[in-house]
Amino acid sequence: MAASSAGVCTACTIFRLSGRYWFSRTFSYNNNFSSRNVQTTTLHCQSQPQTKRKTDPRKWVGVVGLEIHAQIHSNAKLFSESGVHFAAPPNSLVSYFDASLPGTLPVLNRRCVEAAVMTSLALNCTINKKSLFDRKHYFYADLPAGYQITQQRLPIAVAGSLTYNLLVRQKWNQVVTKTVRIKQIQLEQDSGKSLHDDTRSQTLIDLNRAGVGLMEVVMEPDMCCGEEAAAAVRELQLILQALGTCQGNMAEGQLRVDANVSVHQPGEPLGVRTEVKNINSARFLARAIDYEIQRQTDVLESGGWILNETRSFDYKSGRTTPMRDKEGLQDYRFMPEPNLPPLIVYDNKTVPAHADPQQVVNIDQIRERLPELPNVRRSRLVEQYGILPEHSFTLVNEDGLMEYFVSVARETKAEPRKIIGWIIKDLLGLLKQHSLNVSQSPISPMSMAELLNLLEAGTVSSSAAKQVFQELWKGAGSSASQIVQKLDLGLLQDRSTLEQICRTVIDSHQEEVRAIRGGNKKVLNKLIGLVQRELKGRADPVQVKTILEEKTL
Amino acid sequence: MLGLTLREVSLALREGKVSPTELCQRCLHFIRKTKFLNAYVTVTEEIALKQAEQAEKRFLKGETLGPLDGIPIAVKDNFSTASIQTTCASQMLKGYIPPFNATVVQKLLDQGAVLMGKTNLDEFAMGSGSTDTIFGPVRNPWGYSRQYQERCAQNPEDTKDSSDWLITGGSSGGSAASVASLTCFASLGSDTGGSTRNPAAYCGVVGLKPTYGLLSRHGLIPLVNSMDVPGILTRSVHDAATVLGVLGGHDPKDSTTVPEPFKPFSLPDEIDVRNVCVGIPREYHAPGLSKEILAHWTKAAELFEKAGARVVEVSLPHTQHSIVCYHVLCTAEVASNMARFDGLEYGHRSTIDSSTEVMYASTRHEGFNDVVRGRILSGNYFLLKQ
Repeated sequence: MAASSAGVCTACTIFRLSGRYWFSRTFSYNNNFSSRNVQTTTLHCQSQPQTKRKTDPRKWVGVVGLEIHAQIHSNAKLFSESGVHFAAPPNSLVSYFDASLPGTLPVLNRRCVEAAVMTSLALNCTINKKSLFDRKHYFYADLPAGYQITQQRLPIAVAGSLTYNLLVRQKWNQVVTKTVRIKQIQLEQDSGKSLHDDTRSQTLIDLNRAGVGLMEVVMEPDMCCGEEAAAAVRELQLILQALGTCQGNMAEGQLRVDANVSVHQPGEPLGVRTEVKNINSARFLARAIDYEIQRQTDVLESGGWILNETRSFDYKSGRTTPMRDKEGLQDYRFMPEPNLPPLIVYDNKTVPAHADPQQVVNIDQIRERLPELPNVRRSRLVEQYGILPEHSFTLVNEDGLMEYFVSVARETKAEPRKIIGWIIKDLLGLLKQHSLNVSQSPISPMSMAELLNLLEAGTVSSSAAKQVFQELWKGAGSSASQIVQKLDLGLLQDRSTLEQICRTVIDSHQEEVRAIRGGNKKVLNKLIGLVQRELKGRADPVQVKTILEEKTL
Repeated sequence: MLGLTLREVSLALREGKVSPTELCQRCLHFIRKTKFLNAYVTVTEEIALKQAEQAEKRFLKGETLGPLDGIPIAVKDNFSTASIQTTCASQMLKGYIPPFNATVVQKLLDQGAVLMGKTNLDEFAMGSGSTDTIFGPVRNPWGYSRQYQERCAQNPEDTKDSSDWLITGGSSGGSAASVASLTCFASLGSDTGGSTRNPAAYCGVVGLKPTYGLLSRHGLIPLVNSMDVPGILTRSVHDAATVLGVLGGHDPKDSTTVPEPFKPFSLPDEIDVRNVCVGIPREYHAPGLSKEILAHWTKAAELFEKAGARVVEVSLPHTQHSIVCYHVLCTAEVASNMARFDGLEYGHRSTIDSSTEVMYASTRHEGFNDVVRGRILSGNYFLLKQ
């Protein structure tokens, strides 16, 4: 298949050029040596520090595909009635089937099928009205039955697409839209958890997670770097959360991402790929992928070759290391799951006349009930409030920020664009600085709205408003109006006082006045500054300027 | 009394000619007397007596549960029985006590049947002789019949200890022997490739293999999930129909049971075969078929013809491939189903545990016999992609 990263990735251009090219200089010295020596050089150079490249490098392009496991948000597991809860006491959510007691049989959970159908529809997939279950065999302590039930031959959905956005900071925060193809979505079981207790040479097994339903979403290698992958995953997270089919919390293991990474030169065939696992957050996803792309580039640039292997990401060092795979390539001995008949889903045309609604899944009905998806939400915000697309992007991207904005907009007459400025620059800025979520904001939407109303009414200047904002952030409990009164920040309403102060400043700064009359308009700002200082910033700067201009010219 | 059919003894119970506890006691006594047959792995004496007591109370009140109330039955030891050891005649599950009842077992108990015990079988139902079991082979009760002994001209006193005994066939040999030796009136077996019908034929009892999907497999420790069914062994065809009527029907816990509601039926007293067409497969007349079997087969066909049925020759053209296909499918599924036996959650766990892999390997080596291990290896071979 052709890589769809036509042209150079906009976000990557700068990244790609600053790499490690020390080895290239070494390579030129070793021109006459055999390829074996070149490889030694490669190993040698990987421990060297990064240095800036002087001559133009060959352009290597990363090719990234993703395999994403999303835990289905349901009350019970995929094939058994045990509950699904994070951090429950070990082995407290294990049914006889989950423990693989002999004689137990799987019974398909309808909610999981609905979740898969909803997700597939949201990702524009073709739903296979008939899909099949298979067994994938391997021996591991956290897989009690010795096999996982999955959908290898015929998954529930194929051929979809995910459209995501990149905020390109180098291009004045322009929003770039990209698409990644979804190869397929399949239902499968999660495994249990093993904790290795090396001090006692034992492994502890917790089967609470064994059998929980997963949707595996396979994304084609249409992405070219960590940033694109992270953006795609973020968008998928938002979609899953909007649908309610997965809570998408990577830290709690509800969303797990493995990356398939290779590099090649545009126009050349695709390179050998490696699989990168053990990525525990969206932040690490970008770093892991970019590290791997660079590592592969370095190896190839120095004449080496890439092994088709699985590598683990170590977040402490920021590197990927090969996972010790004793058996080499695994043969999973796939076999149809004989205890489950084919999964049939219906639509309005094919649903049987006297079917029990509890026993059938109707795609058309599910489609009608789909909630508002993130990209629709963004367009709606732009249309409804007249804000810019990149602001809408930020609002939807931050958990709870859109709701915050809507609440504020409801309570104030201030223009949405002004609200956006305060929310994105001031509020979000402070939240990020203190690593807080929107839900943890010390300033409630009501307080924010009150502040904006004061600004609109001309009760405070914009600089005073910033001060009030800082006070509100401290969370002492006072409202905006109370702070304005307490700190005496209200705009001076009395024009005569203003005129008096201006006259005083002018009288004591005759040299500056002469400069202004001489044509140096910039000096006026100094006088405005002095007036403001006298009035402790409570004057309307526009008024001050007007009065000073009148008096000096 | 013990020689009656299920239907007859059920009537006797209702008429008060015998009480459930008396019946139970007699069966238990007979089990002890026929211990040399080795048909039972576990005899559930206390449980049986308690169940019989409860049945008796119901009979006295006139509130019987149905045709199986108070009737002694036996269950093959690959059906899960709550709080009662279920071994599959293997080291791997020796001492394994399931926490739940198989659906078909539960249905029998709900009808008031009295559980005499769990019967012997080929290990994990792999075999057709009931000889590959850790508890020793099951002996055919007919090997101790007067007719057989006269034929062998043996001293009756020696027979019980002599090594000249007959096999029961398998793998549900224990179930067949328990019914044939009059220690119970019906027993559950399992049938994948003939494991109920084979021992039924060897032991001279009725063995019914219900159609796949009619009876629930929940709780039946599987051999081949796509072919296993619970089997019914009784001393008459009517009895088999009675038990089938109790056990049939959709089970939500088994997704391979047919969802349509099951309507129990009863066989008419006068069997009329005039509208029945019987097919005799030509390929089954295979080279090596014994003369005696051929004679009986022909006799059966003649009986049907005389009774007015239409008897025709049919062809099952793939017969020659059937055993090979069966082996491939069976071993593949066996390899898969046996993967869960690793000693971690239940069953035998080896003391050699220097690493997880070593523990798995030694547990499975110690737990399984040659037949099981052989099938697992073949099955994995067939499942490999390369």
